[in-house]
Amino acid sequence: MDRGRRYAFTRGMSSGIPISAGYFAVSFSLGILMRNSGLDPLEGLVMSLLNNTSAGEAAALGIIASGGSYAELALNQLVINLRYFLMSAALTVHFAKDLPLHSRLLVGFDVTDEIFATLVAQERPVSEYFAYGLFVVTIPGWAAGTTLGIIFGDILPASVVSALSVALYAMFLAVVIPPAVRDKRILVLVLVSMLSSLVFSLEPLSSHISEGMRIIILTLALSAIAALVWPEGEEE
Amino acid sequence: MRNTYVCILVMALVTYLVRVIPLVFFHGGIKSRFIRSFLHYVPYVTLSVMTFPAIITASGNPLSGLVGLAVAVAVSVWKGSLPLVAAFCCLSVYISSLVL
Repeated sequence: MDRGRRYAFTRGMSSGIPISAGYFAVSFSLGILMRNSGLDPLEGLVMSLLNNTSAGEAAALGIIASGGSYAELALNQLVINLRYFLMSAALTVHFAKDLPLHSRLLVGFDVTDEIFATLVAQERPVSEYFAYGLFVVTIPGWAAGTTLGIIFGDILPASVVSALSVALYAMFLAVVIPPAVRDKRILVLVLVSMLSSLVFSLEPLSSHISEGMRIIILTLALSAIAALVWPEGEEE
Repeated sequence: MRNTYVCILVMALVTYLVRVIPLVFFHGGIKSRFIRSFLHYVPYVTLSVMTFPAIITASGNPLSGLVGLAVAVAVSVWKGSLPLVAAFCCLSVYISSLVL
């Protein structure tokens, strides 16, 4: 590795340390939910190493536990992780124009909300080695948190595990609520989404539509309506 | 009973394709305003649908689940840091489940 690349790589690693610590907390909470769904530590480790997505992995648990089909699982992951499509598309202009294919294939492995935010804050063009540096520090944090969450879910008293089961949902709220406070459109969208989710979770709808399908249907329908009513949602 | 590892591979493949296709094929971002707006709103809907009503039922005690929801929203409005919101939410669920 030449000096410029090594420098970018180590800079990526140091930028990754706070992200990795944050990931550990989130994925520990995810691990608790995995344990509640019956996954063992190795399954959790492999899932987190290969997926790197809190919402995607959490949503998959319900489908895996209820024995849903592979097609439902695939569609569910596609919809939930659609936001990464937008991020990757935006990232193309941040890397060098002549970034080789194998680098594009590697960089695409770990586009997450936090990685995206860090990459777009760098001076363009961003070195792919900076991204690799981020990955080697953050992916182990994510995977280790998941595995330990599952292990500790078995060790800790039941009352503590019950209380920890809400942690991931609390973090989802911490992502959604601050923009909703700033932007009335987001607030309306969040409230309508929650209300619709509640309606879909009640009988008799819930016996026809699984949780995984509920997420797919509501995400596609409500996001499309929002995009029609309030186009150009970006508030920059 | 489905094989969990096959499920994990299906997830990983779909998620990877979603992430990598724009990087390989789009070189100037997304042009359609509707698609960009749509993708902008997706995470808010997904996370809201996943969180509610699941946060109420997750702990097994709906009343303390409601307390946790209220606390999580309040702490998010007050100070949006993820670990802080999670810590207060879990603590409130734990304490309220002792009483309720």
